[in-house]
Amino acid sequence: MYRYDEFDHKLVAERARQFRRQVKRRLSGELTEDQFKPLRLMNGLYMQLHAYMLRVNVPYGSLSSRQLRKFAHIARTYDRDFGHFTTRQNIQFNWIKLEEVPDILEELAEVEVTAIQSSGNCVRNITSDHYAGRARDELADPRVYCELLRQYTILNPDFSYLPRKFKIALTGSPRDRAAVALHDIGLRMHRNEAGEIGFEVLVGGGQGRTPFIAHTIRDWLAPEHLLSYVESILRVYNMYGRRDNMHKARIKIIVNQMGIDRYRELVEADWEQIKDSVLKVPQAEVDRINAYFAPPEYECLADIPDELNDVRARIPEFDQWMAANVAEHRVPGYSIVNLSLKAPGLPPGDMTADTMDAVADLADRYSLDEIRVNHRQNLSFVDVRQRDLFTLWKELKLLDLATPNIQSVSDIICCPGLDYCNLANSRSIPVAQDLSRHFVDVDHLALVGDFTINISGCMNACGHHHVGNIGILGVNKRGKEYFQLTLGGSSDENAALGDRLGRALPQGQVPAAVETIVDTYLAIRLDGERFLDTYRRVGIEPFREAVYSPVQARAVA
Amino acid sequence: MALLKNNEMIDDPFVDATGQETIPADGPVLVDLHQWQSHREQLTQRADPVGVRLRSDQPPELIARDLESLALVALEFPVFRDGRAYSYARLLRGQYRFDGEIRAVGDVLLEQLHFMERTGFDAFELQSDDPLGDLQVASADFDVWYQPAADGRLSAMQLRHQSD
Repeated sequence: MYRYDEFDHKLVAERARQFRRQVKRRLSGELTEDQFKPLRLMNGLYMQLHAYMLRVNVPYGSLSSRQLRKFAHIARTYDRDFGHFTTRQNIQFNWIKLEEVPDILEELAEVEVTAIQSSGNCVRNITSDHYAGRARDELADPRVYCELLRQYTILNPDFSYLPRKFKIALTGSPRDRAAVALHDIGLRMHRNEAGEIGFEVLVGGGQGRTPFIAHTIRDWLAPEHLLSYVESILRVYNMYGRRDNMHKARIKIIVNQMGIDRYRELVEADWEQIKDSVLKVPQAEVDRINAYFAPPEYECLADIPDELNDVRARIPEFDQWMAANVAEHRVPGYSIVNLSLKAPGLPPGDMTADTMDAVADLADRYSLDEIRVNHRQNLSFVDVRQRDLFTLWKELKLLDLATPNIQSVSDIICCPGLDYCNLANSRSIPVAQDLSRHFVDVDHLALVGDFTINISGCMNACGHHHVGNIGILGVNKRGKEYFQLTLGGSSDENAALGDRLGRALPQGQVPAAVETIVDTYLAIRLDGERFLDTYRRVGIEPFREAVYSPVQARAVA
Repeated sequence: MALLKNNEMIDDPFVDATGQETIPADGPVLVDLHQWQSHREQLTQRADPVGVRLRSDQPPELIARDLESLALVALEFPVFRDGRAYSYARLLRGQYRFDGEIRAVGDVLLEQLHFMERTGFDAFELQSDDPLGDLQVASADFDVWYQPAADGRLSAMQLRHQSD
C-alpha cells in the first residue's frame, strides 16, 4: 500500500489545522452557513436529516488493518458504534458532532486517511478495481496512477469550485469492476501496438437524474500525460460547464450538449499547450509510487483444487461460499475472498465497530494486513492462502460475513435513503432488507447466478439503480413511497442503462415483482446465459407481462 | 476601495468606469468588456494604464489579442462558489503569458484567497474588515502543494525529484 512521505503527512496535517480554524470561525459566526457549506463539504462533512455525516475516503479501495481499526475507534468514540461503506470506496459515519470533526480528522491523519474532497463540487475520491494488483486479467496495477491523480487533485487551486462534483475511476483489467463508464472521467488501461501500457480516456458518464454512459474522448493516452490530459478536461469543464442549474451542471450534460467531438477539440487544443509542461509525470515518480504497490512476498505455493474439493464435497455450505465469494488470484496457492456485508435483513454496507476490529484481526492473520473496499459495498481480502480458506470461512461465518451471495440477487447495493438522507424521498434500506430476507435460499441464489440489484431512494441514484440488472428507484407519489423498476442495467465493460419496466409499485409488492422477474428469467434462459444475456436476447416484454398482468388481473378482481 | 496587492493595502489607482456612460478622459481606468470592445481604438491610445473587467461568463480569449495594451485584468467572482475565474487567471498567466495585474473582484473571501493566489491573482478586493490579517491567516495554511500552478511554487512531486 502507498505510505505517506514527509510531504503527504505535512499537507494532511495542514489541512486538518485549516479546517479546525474554519469550524471555529463557523461556530463564532464569522462564517455564514452559506460560506461554510462548501468548506465543510470539501472536508467530507454533510448535514443530514438528523445529524452531521462524515464521509471518509478509502483511496482506490485499499485499506490496511490499522486503518480499519481506526475506523472502529472513530465509530465507537464519535458515532453510534457503526459505519457505512458506500459505493465509492468511502466509509460514512452518520452521527457526528461538528465541534468534534477537527479531532476526528487529526485522528484519521495518524493512519494516513482523510476526508478531503469526499464531497463538494470538486474532484472526489479516486476509485478503482478492488482486485487491483491481484486480478489475473490485469495489464498493470492501476493504483500507481490512482495515487498520482489523488495527489494532483487534492487541494487543486484551479478545480476546487467546479460547477458540480467530479468523479474519476480507473481499471487496469479488461473486466471492468470499477464502473469506469459511469464516471465523469473513466480510465481504462490498454496496450498499444508497440506493447506499451496506456489509457483509453472516457468522459461524461454518470448516473443521477440524467444518466449517461461515458464517451471515449481519446483512444490511447501515454501514462506520462495522464495529469495534463485530466487538467485539460477539467479546465474545459470548469470554464464551460453549466452553472445556471445544479441539475444540469455535471460534465455529462455539457459533453452531450456540445457533442463529444467539440468537447474533444477544446480539450486537445488546451492540452497542446500544456502536455510537455511540468505536469508531465517523471518516471522517477511512477517508480517511487510503484514501489509501494510491489506485490507482497508470496510463499511459493501451488493451487490446491483437490484438497479444497474434498472439503467442498463434504460441506455443501463451504462449497456454496467458495463458488460465490471466492475469486481467482494471479499467484498460485492464493485466492481473493469477498466478505459479504449483505447478510439477510441487514442494511447493505453497514458494519459495527466490533466487526471492524474483528475483520482487521482476520486481515492480519489471513490477508497480509490488507482489506479492499468495493463499489458493491462489500469488502475483500485479496491475499488469502488457499490452505487457509476453510478456517477463514468459519471465522467469517461467526461474524455473519460469509453469506454466499456475492454478485447474486441478495447482494444488493443500497443508498442510505430516507432513514438518513435529506435528499431521499423513500426508505430504500427496508426494501433491501425485505429482498435479502426473501432470497435466503442459497441453493436458489446459486441457481439464479450472476445478478445485480441496485436500489436508490431518489433520482440522485446513489444506489446505482440505473446500472443494476434490476434497478429499483424510490419515488414519492402523493406522499406515498413507490418503487420504479428498471431492467437490463450494467456497470461493467459493456455498461448499459436499465429500461423502465412499467408503473411504480408500492413497497409491499417489490419482493414479489423481483421474484417474478427472476422466475421468468429462469424459465426462458438458455444454457449458460446470465440474466443480462437473456434480457439482451428477449427484451423487456416477457418480464413486463409477467410482472404486470397478474397484478392488473388482481386489481380488476 | 482599498486594495490588497503585493501584501500591502494600497489605494486603487484605477478609476472604476465599468457600467458608466462616459469614460474619464485621462488617468488609469477600469472598463468593462463592452466598453473595451466599443472604444478599443481610443483606449489603446491613452498614455495612462487601462484595465478590463471580465464577468465570470467572459473567458479571457475575448481579450487575448488585446493583452499587450492592458495593465490590469479584473476577474469577477459573482459568488465565491463560481470557480471559473481560477481557470481564467491560469490561462492568462500560462497560455497568454500576461504579466500585468490580475485582480479578484466580487465575492472575494479569506477562505478562497490561497487558491486565487496560486492560480495567478496578485490583487484582491477582499470582503473583510481586516484584509491584511486575513491574508496572513490564509498564507499560513499550507507550505506543501501537490500540483504546479501559476505561483511558481514547487510541487511535492518536483521537490521529491529535484536531485534526480
